[in-house]
Amino acid sequence: MSSLISRRHFLRSSGALVVSFSAAPLLQSLAFAQGPFDTHMSHVDPNQLDSWIAVSADGLVTAYTGKCDLGQGMYTVQTQLVAEELCVALDRVRLIQCDTSITPDQGTTSGSQSTPTNFNNEGLAQACATARESLLNMASQRLHSPAHQLKVSDGVISSNTGARISYADLLRGKHFNLPVNSAARRRHPADWTILGKPVPSLDIRDLVTGKFEFVHHVQVPGMLHGRVVRPPAIGATVVNVDHNSVARLPGLVKVVVRKNFLGVVAQKQFQAEQAAAQLKVTWSAPENLPPQDDFYNHILKSPSRDVLLVDSGDTKQQLAHSVSQLNATYYHPYQAHASMGASCAVADVQPGKATVWSATQSVYPTRNGVAQLLGLQPDNVRVIFVRGSGCYGLNAADTVSYDAALLSQAVGKPVRVQLSRPDEMAAGENFGSACVIEQRAGVDARGAITAWECETWSVSLGGRPGYDRPGNVITGALLGYEPATITPQAAAQPTGELRNGSNAVPSYAVGCIGGKCGGVGTVRSERVLARTVKSPFFTGPLRSPLRLQNTFAHECFMDEICARVKADPVAYRLQHLAHPRLIAVLKAAARAANWNARPSPKTAQPGSAQLTGRGVACVSYEGDNGYVALVAEVAVDPASGRVQPTGFVIAQDCGPVSNPAGMRNQVEGGLLQGMSRALGEEITWDQNKITSTTWSTYHSLTLGFERPSIECVLINPSEGEAMGAGETAITLVAAALGNAIFDATAARIRQVPFTPARVKAALAART
Amino acid sequence: MSAFSLKVNGRTHQVDLDPETPLLYVLGDELALRGPKFGCGLGQCGACTVLMDGRAVRSCVTPVSAVEKAEIVTLEGLGTPQNPHPLQQAFIDEGAAQCGFCLSGVILTAKAFIDENPDPSDAELAQALSRVLCRCFVHSRMFAAIKTYAREKNA
Repeated sequence: MSSLISRRHFLRSSGALVVSFSAAPLLQSLAFAQGPFDTHMSHVDPNQLDSWIAVSADGLVTAYTGKCDLGQGMYTVQTQLVAEELCVALDRVRLIQCDTSITPDQGTTSGSQSTPTNFNNEGLAQACATARESLLNMASQRLHSPAHQLKVSDGVISSNTGARISYADLLRGKHFNLPVNSAARRRHPADWTILGKPVPSLDIRDLVTGKFEFVHHVQVPGMLHGRVVRPPAIGATVVNVDHNSVARLPGLVKVVVRKNFLGVVAQKQFQAEQAAAQLKVTWSAPENLPPQDDFYNHILKSPSRDVLLVDSGDTKQQLAHSVSQLNATYYHPYQAHASMGASCAVADVQPGKATVWSATQSVYPTRNGVAQLLGLQPDNVRVIFVRGSGCYGLNAADTVSYDAALLSQAVGKPVRVQLSRPDEMAAGENFGSACVIEQRAGVDARGAITAWECETWSVSLGGRPGYDRPGNVITGALLGYEPATITPQAAAQPTGELRNGSNAVPSYAVGCIGGKCGGVGTVRSERVLARTVKSPFFTGPLRSPLRLQNTFAHECFMDEICARVKADPVAYRLQHLAHPRLIAVLKAAARAANWNARPSPKTAQPGSAQLTGRGVACVSYEGDNGYVALVAEVAVDPASGRVQPTGFVIAQDCGPVSNPAGMRNQVEGGLLQGMSRALGEEITWDQNKITSTTWSTYHSLTLGFERPSIECVLINPSEGEAMGAGETAITLVAAALGNAIFDATAARIRQVPFTPARVKAALAART
Repeated sequence: MSAFSLKVNGRTHQVDLDPETPLLYVLGDELALRGPKFGCGLGQCGACTVLMDGRAVRSCVTPVSAVEKAEIVTLEGLGTPQNPHPLQQAFIDEGAAQCGFCLSGVILTAKAFIDENPDPSDAELAQALSRVLCRCFVHSRMFAAIKTYAREKNA
């Protein structure tokens, strides 16, 4: 499985074979109709088995998926899924990911939804189950044997009389021509031989030897090179472009100006880079930004759109009657996706049609966005996913796809656009939200929590463009499309079921609405108000969006309550949790960490050069999409304020594990990325522009940073729903580290990142 | 424009380019190599790393005019999917990648360092990699792979 078949070969050999393009015009009127998965209908009908699975005359199984590999392992694990359900070897499967011409529209690969969507009883898994069932039925007729007596091995079906027939002979290269059967039975996890096994990443050989094709490597005949010229400050608009300033540069093809969108196209990449640097542009005066050092107050004073998630109506009364009350406010900064590679895309726009090679998580929405910007019909735009560097959410992959399309349209030739590092980090991506989270709780005479109130503030501007909102990212906004913004609105009383997708409701609350309780805790007096205010910068989902920020505040506040009542942080959490799976992972993590039951902080460590401590945190991710608990150990140098995490022990239950090797890799990476975000990462700005624009000003931990030990306990139930596992671990890191720092030092730090200066200040402020 | 003769992965190539063109663009755009990658264009992250006469250099800030007489090796020149270099094999064995975009920086920086320092301590190895980024944070597996390679090389 070492070499991946090239993109073009895929398309030549298998794409056109099984997908009927002739249906497209007939279905064009459906292009904007709402489809499943919150998606829009495409000509690739997700209800038809042929949209998902094809078996070629040589017996190879081709599968088409709308969930793509962003570096999180979806290529390997979806290949395992197809091989398992179709009972063929891994190397008999070809997986085609996210291409609007030939794969079903599964919306966006995001939000830890790929596993829930494609590994349970819908999407790709259900299509595979249907295909196997159908092949067995066909074989039953051909072999004159009841289907349940047939056996399948590597694409060959045999009866108990020894008669055999292969998939290839059953289908002879033809379509199934069947609907996906929602009742088709998946193979039972107890019978799995490929899924659920630690299959090594199928692309790693190509990655480590430089053979793997990223979107940065796509070359199209006649391709030119583009660069964009972004406004130098927030809100600056184009007053004048001096075309003469670059007219004599060798290789320059065109300076492209469309409203406030500026770009250059040249023969060579270096020429485009020079033209972008030398183009003289007069910009209008920028906006004045809220000062960074007062930004959290700015958030609190801004008009907000409010959503009341739970409200038992009695929290004020319960708090007033509590023996002891606690209040605390937590602060989380804007953070960047800051992908390893600055984003890149290639577009080929010809009269009436366009093709875009893009690392977008959302090929269909990007198709519609590109169509809107270019004035084309969505069905005449093809967006083909080609992997970029790890994105962790809405980095600049979508916006650079627009950039490439615009520049290609302007010159009528294929154009590759490579963003610069500052293009990406100052005016390219949609940052993870800054947050302020206020907590109030009361405890009774026995030390149990009587009431919990939480008000969260997040910030928002733009976001994922979806199918019809190109202004949600910078390029669309520069063209004059409006980004989604915040309309202030008071909260209505909550109705329906608890929606805790952002983990705004702490795990210790019962989460009751109208008598129906969807939370995972026991505290009955509860009120959670989520406020959103307008952001001066574009925002969008960043790995564990808001879940991480909210969990940092909840789990640190829980620790503050534990400390107030002098309770052991694990035992006290268990006392306030109701969900057996969350309880189980918390116990498992504590056991694996040899947790020593005692209150925090640790007793004084006089004279120690290093103060050591441990902290715990747990969460039911998105309310019901994975259960995870983390114990972190740290050493704090009181002289420098430097925090060194020394050990992570994590326990995770995300349902039946599809690939334990891949899941462990995700957990380890999530923990260390979370460590980097907790210790150093913060967007900074001055009066009118972002200043954290390169790796010297946006502080990601390098490979030189000492690595904590990591122990990962995977709980692997044999039944039940498969859940997302790419965002669980990272959600807990800031909280567990904050609690460990408190345990070590008795200093509570309520603001991320835990920089040495902030730690030293907190140590000095101890009473 | 100037004509240059470049020796990359054992083969000689003739290119006619602005002498200030970053080596990275020559390798990617002219020679269609996929090992070195554009991460930052500023020499800060390591994604564009190549070996130049055995030393790890950042090709995004190295003009093509500076490398004419040198032997350049990219990830592709180290080994192939079918026959990977022992350090690449160690990464395969450890599963030491997620998106994989950073691997030129990690693998080639480590190789150049271990070639000069065959038995490094953990602290020395960390120091050698202190200007290399991996944003998926596969750090633990990468160190395990590099240490396995160093150990087996010395055995």
